[in-house]
Amino acid sequence: MPSHSVPDTRPETPALPAELERPQLLELYRYLRLTRTLEERLVALYRQSKVIGGLFRSLGQEGESVGSAYALERGRHRDVLSPLIRNLGSMLVMGAKPIEILRQYMAKAESPTHGRELNLHFNDLERGYLGQISHLGDMVPVMAGITLTFKMRGEPRVGLVYVGDGATSTGAFHEGLNFAAVQRCPLVVIGEFNHWAYTTPSEKQFVVKDLAEKAKGYGVHAVTVDGNDVIAVHTATKHAVERARRGKGVHFIEVKTYRRKGHAEHDDQSYQPKDEIERWARDNDPVDRFIKQLVENGWAEESELADIDRAAKEEIDQATDACVNEPLPPPETALPGVYAHPAAAERLWVRGL
Amino acid sequence: MPEVTFLEALRQGLWEEMERDDRVFMLGEDIGAYGGAFKVTDGFQKKFGEARVIDTPISEAAIVGAAAGAAHMGMRPVAEMQFIDFISCAYDMLTNYVATARYRAGLSTPIVVRGPCGGYVRGGPFHSQNPEAAFFHTPGLKIVYPSTARDAKGLIKASIRDEDPVIYLEHKWLYRRIKETLPEGEEILTPIGEARLAREGQDLSIITYGATVWKALEAADQLAKEDGLSVEIVDLRTLLPLDDAAIMATVKKTNKVLIVHEDTRTGGLAGEIAARINEQAFEWLDGPIARVTAHDVPLPYAPTLEDFVLPQSEDIVKAARWLAKY
Repeated sequence: MPSHSVPDTRPETPALPAELERPQLLELYRYLRLTRTLEERLVALYRQSKVIGGLFRSLGQEGESVGSAYALERGRHRDVLSPLIRNLGSMLVMGAKPIEILRQYMAKAESPTHGRELNLHFNDLERGYLGQISHLGDMVPVMAGITLTFKMRGEPRVGLVYVGDGATSTGAFHEGLNFAAVQRCPLVVIGEFNHWAYTTPSEKQFVVKDLAEKAKGYGVHAVTVDGNDVIAVHTATKHAVERARRGKGVHFIEVKTYRRKGHAEHDDQSYQPKDEIERWARDNDPVDRFIKQLVENGWAEESELADIDRAAKEEIDQATDACVNEPLPPPETALPGVYAHPAAAERLWVRGL
Repeated sequence: MPEVTFLEALRQGLWEEMERDDRVFMLGEDIGAYGGAFKVTDGFQKKFGEARVIDTPISEAAIVGAAAGAAHMGMRPVAEMQFIDFISCAYDMLTNYVATARYRAGLSTPIVVRGPCGGYVRGGPFHSQNPEAAFFHTPGLKIVYPSTARDAKGLIKASIRDEDPVIYLEHKWLYRRIKETLPEGEEILTPIGEARLAREGQDLSIITYGATVWKALEAADQLAKEDGLSVEIVDLRTLLPLDDAAIMATVKKTNKVLIVHEDTRTGGLAGEIAARINEQAFEWLDGPIARVTAHDVPLPYAPTLEDFVLPQSEDIVKAARWLAKY
């Protein structure tokens, strides 16, 4: 197994990073903590068989999800992003509520999709997120269409879409990226190099060293950043978002990171070198690194961070208590809503006997 | 009032919708500057501009995916597949992303995916296909397939206004062969989901759609003249959802049914129509439900081969005579 080196882009000076004041730094930290705490709660619920299907962790990747999404304009009908299953943090940044995530994973009637879809596969276009489907790469063309619409209407809005290193092997990714590039869509693509696509290492997905090389092949402005450095990801995304908003077309940001858990919770990671996982956990955890930056640079007190941790846990506790015993959707609610008209699918005749 | 071709009627429908609603825009390969491989969109880019008539890369998945994204944001995209054979490149986008969007996520995706389909034109295996069966199986999609100039116009307008994704199949053999006088100043809208009685009859029903409506009409003329048979022809116009009421009405009237389609037999629509008749009108039948379809082979190029593979009027005549005698 090749070893993957940890890029070092930690800031050397304690000056506040560009465009991030103390409240924003603390807010970034809050989203990181909320993401991790929520996922830890989901693990507990998974082990209690309360999560209906698989559970997908973003452990070790929270930094790039939160840092990138935080660069967008948020609010009703502002920027729009399309997350993957490991971008929980980005959805929280855009305004998704922990209770919605919990209900989704437990297939509750009151979940955003009323039990029709899994995990993070849900959307709220007003708040600015469009859930993925399982066919990887497909959201790139769809986000090309959303951002094409921004351009056609002259709206100063930007779209952001996440793709994993594995998904850059799909045709949809290439078609969508090229289409958006040709149309100069205001789209930022975050290419997540987390080294593993289910069990397949990146060297069996492609020969290039950096995903950015693929994007450059389409004439797209592309950079590679340390994905576990929250501030570096945020700074790069902010820059790309601003350029996209000014009509400079598609931008690609490759974030180097590492998937520290299996594809899903059932996966024992037997194919991943143990020392590789341990090294990334020990030396390069995005939350640990951010705490170190905040404290060592005097941007935050440890007690403030402890308060945030406590508040996050309370928020997740309350959300869990509020929904864990809610009912699943009634069976007959499976029929409506395939079309606007007719309103519901026909009931199987044998059920009427 | 001038006669218009099927193609011109379709063009008029697209033009009127582009004029009526500025959310409507088009995207596809060679549709703008050139006006489309069959000139369906000739002159559109000049009139409506490059932003609303978009020449795209050769990327059917991106064309459909981008149309879906735009539709989520309130636009009304019309995506052209240069030949409908290439819609298979967007199969994933249509069946997984677009068709499920409303159900799984409450997302409205009012797109139209249109393009020239069908054989009888020596197009070979990849410029002659009828893809309806591949999409008929997918809840969430609608499929329309006009056979007349009036419905070419009426269905494209209805498809653009529909709240759900519609695959609009336009038979290239009909493009310039079918002509009709359309009233001026009257808006033509053909409701999706309603079949049309193409010919009234008493003895036997032919249920069909697309180019084979015209093959069936030829056959019916011959059967009337030579056999004194009165054949009723139902032109389905919409394939998804099927107009069960119109199908059962004709079955109950003539009690004998021949289903004709240009698509291949196995897994073709005739099987589903037959099953529905079996479920809803079994006791009204005075004979087996018969099918005339293409042979189960890819469509070959040579005229001798293509004519052999595709259903012809004489096949319909023979099948109808067999059924009438049953």
